[in-house]
Amino acid sequence: MTWSEMQPLLEQACWDTLYMVGWSTLIAVVGGLPLGILLVLTDRGGLLQNLTANKVIGQVVNIARSLPFIILMVALMGFTRSITGTTIGVEAAIVPLAVGAIPFFARLVETAVREVDHGLVEAVQSMGGNTWTIVRRVLVPESLPSLISSTTTTIVALIGYSAMAGTVGAGGLGDIAIRYGYQRFETQLMWVTVAILAVVISVIQFAGDYAARSLHRRGSHAGPAPKLRLLKAAS
Amino acid sequence: MITTSGLTKVYRARGREVTALDGVDLHVREGEVYGVIGQSGAGKSSLIRCVNLLERPTAGTVTVAGQDLTALAGRGPRAGRELRQARSRIGMVFQHFNLLSSRTVQDNVELPLEILGTSGQERSRKALELLDLVGLADKAKSYPAQLSGGQKQRVGIARALAGDPKVLLSDEATSALDPETTRSILALLRDLNRQLGLTVLLITHEMDVVKSVCDSAALMENGRIVESGTVSELLATPGSELASALFPLGGEASGEDRTVVDVTFQGESATQPVISQLARTYNIDISILGAAIDTVGGLQVGRMRIELPGRYEDNVVPIGFLRERGLRIDVLGHETEPVKEGAK
Repeated sequence: MTWSEMQPLLEQACWDTLYMVGWSTLIAVVGGLPLGILLVLTDRGGLLQNLTANKVIGQVVNIARSLPFIILMVALMGFTRSITGTTIGVEAAIVPLAVGAIPFFARLVETAVREVDHGLVEAVQSMGGNTWTIVRRVLVPESLPSLISSTTTTIVALIGYSAMAGTVGAGGLGDIAIRYGYQRFETQLMWVTVAILAVVISVIQFAGDYAARSLHRRGSHAGPAPKLRLLKAAS
Repeated sequence: MITTSGLTKVYRARGREVTALDGVDLHVREGEVYGVIGQSGAGKSSLIRCVNLLERPTAGTVTVAGQDLTALAGRGPRAGRELRQARSRIGMVFQHFNLLSSRTVQDNVELPLEILGTSGQERSRKALELLDLVGLADKAKSYPAQLSGGQKQRVGIARALAGDPKVLLSDEATSALDPETTRSILALLRDLNRQLGLTVLLITHEMDVVKSVCDSAALMENGRIVESGTVSELLATPGSELASALFPLGGEASGEDRTVVDVTFQGESATQPVISQLARTYNIDISILGAAIDTVGGLQVGRMRIELPGRYEDNVVPIGFLRERGLRIDVLGHETEPVKEGAK
């Protein structure tokens, strides 16, 4: 396969991946953030302590996370059709990707929010703040660096999942690598795809780390965020 | 200004019950600095956290500025609107400052105003004014992590004052600071108390804190207040643990050639120059080892430790003379030393 043959394939695949991962990340964040915060708030000693709700949410999240993505995709076909009107193509892949990523992201959010010093919550309570104020002014802003890292992890995981989206004819870089590279022995194309994926993931990871670190460094003795360095400095 | 009556807090954990507060009656007058001192585990932290109901008391009532907060609390762990409004009028500073690291100093001070719904312009005007008051006008744009401990606590104090509270609660505010910084923070609290007429309730485990700023003090042990009163009242209370800890008197116990006596002045007796009368009447040399005297309403109250030459048996008559004058006498290191009276 020549480069001119590969190029349109790869271009389309890049856009497909970007489209799928972009939308599913957005939905995962929108859905997972409140879910993760709710997991913390409803837990024992939480501001909205409700152990029954906590158990139910926790179990749903656990079950959703324990399903392998490919099974989830098949299992959700009915649901996908009811939303997008189809079970094949890029749009159809976004639904299971988002559904799979919501609980994943929610658990990461839960861990990040739990790290926030309880003293800060008490301080805002002592000022007369309500639960919503505490979520908006304390829990989210104080855990923002961790939330950004969690988002990065979720994006990288979604890029991995999206390789399986080819099963429902959604295309994308992973799909090209499997269909052309593996099944048609176009080894060259497979390696090009892998290289593109590696670059994409590195860039995302790097950008995420940088954003998280510059927020974290804000106000620390180290001063403003460090200049971009190619070698990962000891953080 | 702050009154608690029969305040009780019982923690239940895994079937075990721990009584942190056991019927605490506290009365803090308007405009005074009131110190509650006690060792860790004495219940003082539970007490101060019950005052703004961060901790729900198991029984008893809390009244702040004439408002019964326990009645506002309602049921369940969530604070209703009325309780939240009442809390916004009570400032609180914390041992570990509890500043939001994601906000600048100014934004931290503005936070209570945001909660109160103050407009942006007014918020920043007020925040800068308060930062000026605590001496940090130049740090408005810094982040908390760039400040020293003392500066952080100043921000904490400015933040606590943002809602124009009448009452300030200080939960071990100086315990994480070095002695020098502690003094400057206490001086600031003292100034605010005088300038703004702020009533301050502080808890601490350091006697020096009480000594340097408090008008009144209470000693807590095992969830109970065992002694309380104004510093002068405590000084005049014979056998007051708090007074002897606040104003320790030096000197060794009585021995073969000396008798050491603690004299507590109370009321009329203190107006007479008894020590000089004693020296003249019996022609003995008296050494004053230490004294803590305060003048309240024209009367002297306090304690003095003096040393008389000779054994106790040789000094029975002079000691009798002092007792006749209405003074409370405790002989140190002698078996006839009276048992400490029950604390007030």
